[in-house]
Amino acid sequence: MKSLAELQAIKERMKDKVVLREGTNATRVVVGMATCGIAAGARPVLSTFVEEVNALGLMETVTVSQTGCIGLCQYEPIVEVFEAGKEKVTYVKVDADKAKRIANEHLKGGKVVVEYTIGANQ
Amino acid sequence: MIRAHVLICGGTGCTSSGSASIQKAFAENLEAFGLTEEVKLVQTGCFGLCELGPVVIVYPDGTFYSRVTAEDVKEIVEEHLLKGRKVDRLVYADTGDEAPAVEGNVALSDTVFYKSQDRVVLRNCGVINPESIEEYIAMDGYAALGKVLTEMTPEQVIQVVKDSGLRGRGGGGFPTGLKWALTAPNQADQKYVVCNADEGDPGAFMDRSILEGDPHCLIEAMAIAGYAIGATEGYVYVRAEYPIAVQRLQKAIDDAREYGLLGKDIFGSGFDFDLFIRLGAGAFVCGEETALMTSIEGNRGEPRPRPPYPAVKGLFGKPTVENNVETFANIPQIILKGVDWFTSMGTEKSKGTKVFALGGKIKHTGLVEIAMGTTLRHIIDEIGGGIPNGKKFKAAQTGGPSGGCIPAHLIDTPVDYDNLTAIGCMMGSGGLIVMDEDNCMVDMAKFFLEFTVDESCGKCTPCRVGTKRLLEILDKITSGKGTLEDIDRLEELCYYIKQNSLCGLGQTAPNPVLSTLNFFRDEYVAHVVDKKCPAGVCKDLLKFVIDKDKCIGCGLCARNCPADAISKTDYIAPGHKLPSYVIDPDKCVKCGVCIDNCKFKAISKI
Repeated sequence: MKSLAELQAIKERMKDKVVLREGTNATRVVVGMATCGIAAGARPVLSTFVEEVNALGLMETVTVSQTGCIGLCQYEPIVEVFEAGKEKVTYVKVDADKAKRIANEHLKGGKVVVEYTIGANQ
Repeated sequence: MIRAHVLICGGTGCTSSGSASIQKAFAENLEAFGLTEEVKLVQTGCFGLCELGPVVIVYPDGTFYSRVTAEDVKEIVEEHLLKGRKVDRLVYADTGDEAPAVEGNVALSDTVFYKSQDRVVLRNCGVINPESIEEYIAMDGYAALGKVLTEMTPEQVIQVVKDSGLRGRGGGGFPTGLKWALTAPNQADQKYVVCNADEGDPGAFMDRSILEGDPHCLIEAMAIAGYAIGATEGYVYVRAEYPIAVQRLQKAIDDAREYGLLGKDIFGSGFDFDLFIRLGAGAFVCGEETALMTSIEGNRGEPRPRPPYPAVKGLFGKPTVENNVETFANIPQIILKGVDWFTSMGTEKSKGTKVFALGGKIKHTGLVEIAMGTTLRHIIDEIGGGIPNGKKFKAAQTGGPSGGCIPAHLIDTPVDYDNLTAIGCMMGSGGLIVMDEDNCMVDMAKFFLEFTVDESCGKCTPCRVGTKRLLEILDKITSGKGTLEDIDRLEELCYYIKQNSLCGLGQTAPNPVLSTLNFFRDEYVAHVVDKKCPAGVCKDLLKFVIDKDKCIGCGLCARNCPADAISKTDYIAPGHKLPSYVIDPDKCVKCGVCIDNCKFKAISKI
């Protein structure tokens, strides 16, 4: 190690890999991954969220995790977004493309994609 | 893309409860469910809750699984990692018996055990993979060394450590900055930094956990110390009984060399530093600084008189700074976060935090780090979960064989160096053994004396002969042959040994006796005058008896007695159909099997 810059470079590269363990992230994206969710195609949705969050550089503020059956099986895949101090947003019938848009507009842009929410789909 | 991390504790506690087979099972199951691309397995150091091991934590949720077995792994992978349903039956239920598991989600950081802690020294333990230098770097690792080498002079480094008020965590509590300042000005062609990792107190394992969980932290701190005092070489003296610690430290040293964080011209600053491990054979006296250095030199581990102090004439006759593992582990954080941050924790004369190894009669045995000045009550009742089986707290023993006990009426004492010294106790390296009403204090003192008699190196007479005589008097008392004069002689001899022994081992060896004499003299008197052991521990003073009116004559005790000491009588108690039993005191070996077997509480110890 000949310079601080080298150390900093390793740190930058590694930070994303351990940030998951701090568990203090403000925003949580939860994908319903019970049998109903998986059957309806939740797995590609989950991976899309993970990839997008990384691609958009949101690892430090957003965590992606799964949950079991929410109880609204006909609306699966269901994705819930929890933000500190805000009302929970529930997206329904999400697919990979929708997930991409939610990541870009909601998680990054802060604007709820109203047309995918449960309110717009009842 | 990785979306979840599974952290498996690879500390010694969890390794012995089978964490290696769990890791293997996880690897197989992740493969089977096709999750290897999404879930990363990480082996970490000790989480601290050894009682509940093996411990597994799943991030990002922070779900804390305890007492996991290899058979449980498939369920965790399928339910939690694939389907997102936490396996509730394995999720740690926080405070123990009373509190129900919060449905589905108890994050590690939310448990009482962790919430009340300030993890400075242990901040990376159980969080990073100790065998990955890059994960350490991600957690600001080596940034303090970088800062020191590029921005600070050695004098400034020493000043920071001085101002922080950091004191030696190995037991003595000597100010670390002062130690460095005394060594720095001494000129020599070579100086040394030595780390004392010869953790020997029964029940203490914080140094081991740091070495196993965050070895780079020690390397970084020792390099900083080297820069501060002008040393280019360091030695870590660690017990050979800590194989995992030794192996991880060696890997960490190799990796640090490869990354140029040990070796020549670190960070292009012109500063050279390298580190070597020396294995100790497990002699308690080698934790004493002069004996430790003698042992590193290849000689028999015996202490020598001081002065000259190691700061002047230490390892190989050169100026040497020697600190304990936990002390070193504070240094990088102090450099990075500053004096104000560090001094905001703790009490007036004891800054920062202290790691305690909780053991004995307590629910959550394990490793905790708390701010100095936390009361014993908080450590035991809140963090430790209290005393099991509804028993009453009697005393806590700190400082191992060099320390003393804190009795129940002093349970609100804020724990720091000076408060403990004031009540005749000692911080020691941080072993904290909780005792309840079933513990005999005389027997406890005897236990520690047996240890020091075994471990005395024999070089000086007060320790070699004195501790042996102390033990003999204690034996006499616990076997019911003691007199009141024995108690006085015991006390007198204690002071003599304290004043005349060569090193810390002998000087502190009488502490367990003095401290129990001070707080529990009545128990000594009961052994001597009444020939009774109030806690029912000392076998020679016990008698097992059957209450003939409570005994229904089932004969379970007699059938289970290994010594055939129980026989039937002619007496039938009113209301019972069978004759009662009686114990022959001459045959009784006082094993207690009869008490355990009696369903009618008819047998008691008197």
